[in-house]
Amino acid sequence: MIAYIIRRLLYTIPIIFGVLLVTFILFNVVSGDVSDQIAGKAASAETIAEIRAEYGWDKPLFLSWDSQFINHLKNSLTFDFGRSWSDREPIIDKIKQGALPSLSLTIPMFIGELIISISLALIVAFFRGTIIDILSVFICVVLMSVPFLSFILFGQYFLAFKWGLFPVYFWPDLPLPQYVALPILIGIVAGLGGNLRFYRTVMLDELRNDYVRTAFAKGLGTGTVLFRHVLKNAMIPIITQVVLAIPFLFLGSLLLERFFGIPGLGYLMIDAIAARDFQIINAMTFIGAILFVVFNLITDICYSIVDPRVSFE
Amino acid sequence: MIKGRSYWADSLRQLRKHTLAMYSLGIIVVYILVVMFIYLANWTKTDVSFLDWNQQVGKEYEKPNKQNILGTDFLGRSVLRKTIYGARVSLTIAFWASIISILIGVPLGAAAGYFRGFIDDIVVWIYTTLSSIPYILLILAFALVLRGKTLNLNSLGLGTISLSGISTVYLAIGLTSWVDICRLIRAEVMKHKQREYILAALSYGCSNSRIIFRHLIPNVFHLIIISFSLRFVGFIQAEVILSFLGLGEKNSPSWGAMIDAARLDLPKGYWWEMTAATAAIFLISLALNIFGDALRDSLDPKLKVQ
Repeated sequence: MIAYIIRRLLYTIPIIFGVLLVTFILFNVVSGDVSDQIAGKAASAETIAEIRAEYGWDKPLFLSWDSQFINHLKNSLTFDFGRSWSDREPIIDKIKQGALPSLSLTIPMFIGELIISISLALIVAFFRGTIIDILSVFICVVLMSVPFLSFILFGQYFLAFKWGLFPVYFWPDLPLPQYVALPILIGIVAGLGGNLRFYRTVMLDELRNDYVRTAFAKGLGTGTVLFRHVLKNAMIPIITQVVLAIPFLFLGSLLLERFFGIPGLGYLMIDAIAARDFQIINAMTFIGAILFVVFNLITDICYSIVDPRVSFE
Repeated sequence: MIKGRSYWADSLRQLRKHTLAMYSLGIIVVYILVVMFIYLANWTKTDVSFLDWNQQVGKEYEKPNKQNILGTDFLGRSVLRKTIYGARVSLTIAFWASIISILIGVPLGAAAGYFRGFIDDIVVWIYTTLSSIPYILLILAFALVLRGKTLNLNSLGLGTISLSGISTVYLAIGLTSWVDICRLIRAEVMKHKQREYILAALSYGCSNSRIIFRHLIPNVFHLIIISFSLRFVGFIQAEVILSFLGLGEKNSPSWGAMIDAARLDLPKGYWWEMTAATAAIFLISLALNIFGDALRDSLDPKLKVQ
């Protein structure tokens, strides 16, 4: 057991190295020295040289102790991402500022989605084979086929603009909670289709097992079987998928934040893309990857605790 | 004497019985035909009136009426024509992205699953790294970085290809989406490697490449087909998001760009352009989802009732 954990921990090292390598290749090798673009049109040669020195593009790529690659590793691992290209603020400050609004959007959305999807999946599994089941699958496929953008646009138009049930856009001085209500709602509805289908499949797969057959043979009703036996076992793949989704909560939802003006990490990303600010995108990519690796590790460890067969691989 | 049926014939028969899937297939075929027709018209440089999306047919922002069934956009161009032409961008991108991701994922997965050892470790390291980076960020990063670069294929004798709109998008999507198919193929190849027919082939001196190409890949082909059809939807939606963020095709209409334009038009009450694009995307996504599910059900050996 301990051996498994240590093995998994050691395995994350080459992964993190790989992520740093990918971001380095993307942002330093393929793209590269853009100091003249950052400096702007009327900049002098000294300004350009200063900027170049600040971002370290005057150093060799790989081969010396002071190379760009080593600096990239050092900076990323200490979370010192330098300054953003567009407004020259330290990136780590911007990330800290944006984290809370993003979380206040994604965490309620995540929890709400989870509770609603699992409850609905249980209900649908109860009525499996009947018209309710078939209808709900069809509704899920329909919901999955609508592009996410359309959900946001139509939701914003009808619920906020036309019928005035929610505020349309976030105004910086007012308290945040009422402004995230509509994005949370839209996020839940949009994700419902795919998730409900997946959970339903998991539950139905569990129901096919022999121990369920035994339970039914003993005379237990469907409800009891579902809640007392199936739910626990079905939770394993569900929890696996759910924990892996947690890292994405930190990134906020790019599109939801953009449309509703929530000043979170997603909004930061969209601005960075529009301004072609690679430094911010670099930072966010690295953070996203690190979070993913950490939560993957947690999932695997939890999984090995729950299911003893896993640690023998 | 009962005539034996092959695996493929069996799957086909089961698929044909699924009426909803057949209708979905019909819709998909219609879309494909439209796109092929567009390419044909462009290639032969014929002027087909209903494909001329750049022509001003009415006043700006006309509501849907008898003359322009879906209304006009801010330049007075027909929304109907733009929607039809937009299919070209979406389907081309989804197609090439699928091809690229299959061309990368299948060989790597097969090699990793078959040879195990060091090659397996390398491939698993690569795809675990890539999948650790959030998908949207990865695509965005690739698309941003690939813009404006030229691909120098002089060594292959193909000259330089300048990367623009469409090619940036499908390269970005293709280069990042091969992970799932790679994992699937790798797992399946590892399972198949234990089977007797592989041992038999090895015993009479079959070379490794022959085993992989002649025996293993045909037997995992159904996974490739299923993955292709189910991922197609994802690629169309990815294109929508990329176009919306301004990283997509600029010179011809695309559904994502139409929805982006609609963002500012909706508050003014102009709903038809966005509805048309949404409906077009929705229809093909729905058809692909239904057909892909039916395909997976019919090709899955575990569900075969005998």
